[in-house]
Amino acid sequence: MSRESSYLRHPFWQALAVLVGSYLLFKFGIGYLLPAIGVHSAPVPSSVLLQYMLTVVVALLLYVSTSEDRWTRFKEPLRQVLVDPDKRVLRVALLVALPLLVGFLTYGRVRADVGAPPSLRSIHPAPPNQITFRGEPISLTGLENPLREHGSFEEHLAAGSTVYVQNCMPCHGDRLDGEGPATHALNPVPANFTDNGTISQLTESYVFWRIAKGGPGLPVEGAPWNSAMPAWEDLLTADEIWAVTLFIYERSGSTPRTWEESNEGEGH
Amino acid sequence: MLRAAAGAAGLLLLALEPGLAQEVMAEAPPYGDFPLVGARGAVWIAAQVHLMFAAFVLGVPMFAVVVEAIGIFGGDDRYDKLAKEFTRLLVVAYSATAIWGAILVFVLATLYPRFWAYLTTIFAPSMWVYAGLFFLESFTLYLYYYGWDRWKKGFSKQVHLGLGVALNVWGTIVMFIANSWLTFMMSPPGDLAADTAPQTVRLWSAIANATWMPINIHRLIANVVFGGAVVGAYAAYRFLASRTDEERAHYDWMGYVGNFIAIGALIVLPFAGYWLGREIYEFNQQMGITMMGGFMSWLWIIQAFLIGVLFLTGNYYLWVGMGRIPGAERFMPYIKWMLLVLVIGTIVWATPHTMIANRQEIAAMGGTHHPFLGVLGVMSAKNTAVNLMILTTFLSFLLYRRANKQPVVSWAKAGTMMQGAAFVLSAGIVLFYGIYGYFVTAIVRIGFSVYQVLAVLVCIFFVIGLDVFMMRGATSRGAIRWGQMPARSQYALFILAVTFTWLMGLMGFARSGIRQHWHVFEVIRDTSPQAFTPALGPAATMISICVLIFFALVGFIFWLGGLAEKPAASPVGVSASSEMDLRAGAEPAHYVRPEE
Repeated sequence: MSRESSYLRHPFWQALAVLVGSYLLFKFGIGYLLPAIGVHSAPVPSSVLLQYMLTVVVALLLYVSTSEDRWTRFKEPLRQVLVDPDKRVLRVALLVALPLLVGFLTYGRVRADVGAPPSLRSIHPAPPNQITFRGEPISLTGLENPLREHGSFEEHLAAGSTVYVQNCMPCHGDRLDGEGPATHALNPVPANFTDNGTISQLTESYVFWRIAKGGPGLPVEGAPWNSAMPAWEDLLTADEIWAVTLFIYERSGSTPRTWEESNEGEGH
Repeated sequence: MLRAAAGAAGLLLLALEPGLAQEVMAEAPPYGDFPLVGARGAVWIAAQVHLMFAAFVLGVPMFAVVVEAIGIFGGDDRYDKLAKEFTRLLVVAYSATAIWGAILVFVLATLYPRFWAYLTTIFAPSMWVYAGLFFLESFTLYLYYYGWDRWKKGFSKQVHLGLGVALNVWGTIVMFIANSWLTFMMSPPGDLAADTAPQTVRLWSAIANATWMPINIHRLIANVVFGGAVVGAYAAYRFLASRTDEERAHYDWMGYVGNFIAIGALIVLPFAGYWLGREIYEFNQQMGITMMGGFMSWLWIIQAFLIGVLFLTGNYYLWVGMGRIPGAERFMPYIKWMLLVLVIGTIVWATPHTMIANRQEIAAMGGTHHPFLGVLGVMSAKNTAVNLMILTTFLSFLLYRRANKQPVVSWAKAGTMMQGAAFVLSAGIVLFYGIYGYFVTAIVRIGFSVYQVLAVLVCIFFVIGLDVFMMRGATSRGAIRWGQMPARSQYALFILAVTFTWLMGLMGFARSGIRQHWHVFEVIRDTSPQAFTPALGPAATMISICVLIFFALVGFIFWLGGLAEKPAASPVGVSASSEMDLRAGAEPAHYVRPEE
């Protein structure tokens, strides 16, 4: 058996190869290879990369230790480096390099950075049951878009389109993908309505509430309140808000979430 | 503080008189204070540790009585001894449960006197029944345990078994009653308002609230999972401390049974959890959004990661255990593929929809949703991942069970192919609805998870049913070498117990925390300075403190368990198989001396 072949069959080197391969896949495969072949992707955030690599490390350790023979063989190179007299140079080099590497990584994580720290911000904070719109109370629970039941759908859509172009497009973009001219000046960035994780997950009453109250009307769990979304109730009528809600669902090809059937009349 | 205590003592006595209760409620100070951890911290610790012990003492009798029944009807004395050993742990744990229950009542009454008066005014009759049943439960447990060796033959043994059943009945009713108090706080009846006098609230409408029964069922199953895991940890502790091969063989088997119970019940737990989640959404959609999509959503990522640990560890224990089963070698090559499914499942399940990212990363992604991995952040992906992980774990159990068996029925090959087809079909259905879920509306997608769950359950029942018939009269490839397990497998059992306990605290926080700043959701507002919902870090610290307290006390109980009596030595060298072994999913009859 050749030296290369024995390395390939050894559990330690196999595990190391899988570990390195997984890192390359997560770090470069998803972040760079996919866009290169035309799949919309982006680099994986370091918090998620860490989570993935931790899972892979645990899984590898579990696998190599499921059989006594494999576990003994897996530990062989480690033992050799730590004990064998002819590995002294390598041992000393590793004992110096590993603490340095850990120190370097630790420094990288704790050093002062000019960037804003990552924050856990609730993207879909729970809406209140009731809001006031221009002083009038509106119950959000079970509330549907009234324009879907009354008048001409096409006219409502046209009205919504006008409202959108005049007020929303600078931030949310003409393709409703959150890529308006002002987008890159904002943090958090405006919502991408074509993403199935945004308005498709929400009822129209939720969207009405968000448009009407904007960033200033975010509830406690929506903190930090740094959304640049204005409170549109001061500038738009209720019908205009319902019309633009209709428009963003229709134009982005999304379907609003519907209410649970038995929800009405129950609970608080 | 003293004023609060005195007021609370009065409340305890007077709360049952409606008119007086009203007066006292008005006079009592609303909140007390507690050194170091504050009022809420004190209640949190007392409630959580009480709940952990309560889960243990309610879960263990459920399988202890089943194991005893297997011993009686299967005519196998080793099961009887095992059931008694399970019960021995209960006696001390029961005292700890009662002590922590008393602490909880005292801290509630002294630190939240006005709210406590409100609750007692509504629930007084149920509290009397609770106390009576607790008394009954205690003495049934004492009779059950101390009468074990006295009533061991004939009709008296069946009466003893009846005591075990009664113990479970009392315990279950006690839990249901206590659950009604806490679920009332979460989901009070729809006609209850802030100005409703507590004396006018009908007791049954307060008890039978929207989340009462889902919590009851969820906790019933979770108690079995938790009890099995803690018993497994006990067995692991005794295994590692064993001095003889017999002891080691016995506790190896006990650890296996504990793990089997824990993972077996865990498989159905997500379905009960799903029902609870759905009821929460139906009760109040805002509450549901707070739980799943709002500030509590990160708890589910942590939960996913911890459940991934549970699945990986539970399977690992089985795979290592295959090393002591002759004939298991033929299944070893499958382990890496099963592990791959579990790892992919864990990664998918724990991928957050909204990612923690710095400004540069957010800019590269175009928001906090990743353009490619974002598809893994929604429920379609998560449900698919967890169902495939459940199927994989079931496959591990099946291979473990079959490892040393050689079927003799003529249709064995066809039967195995049908089982394989059931797995493929079930996985196919799960994948189909997982992918199709991306193309339908949320309300339709929610219904798909039911089909996925049904596909998995039908597969499990079909495969087990077929296996029982297929393995009738099966020849053995060799006896399981109980006791020949590496020490690291026992640490897996510890990890399981600690992870279950931590998970229980974490999800308990989620359940309680979704009330936010309300004592009774949208009825009685929490006006104390601690009405805010803690961030994940402080919450995790509190939960970890509770877990440490619990395991410090449980460690003491384990030690007492060893002190109380010598471990029941198991028959060695027996290799007969029985129908009961098949039902238990184990082969405890195959004890052999390790040197064989």
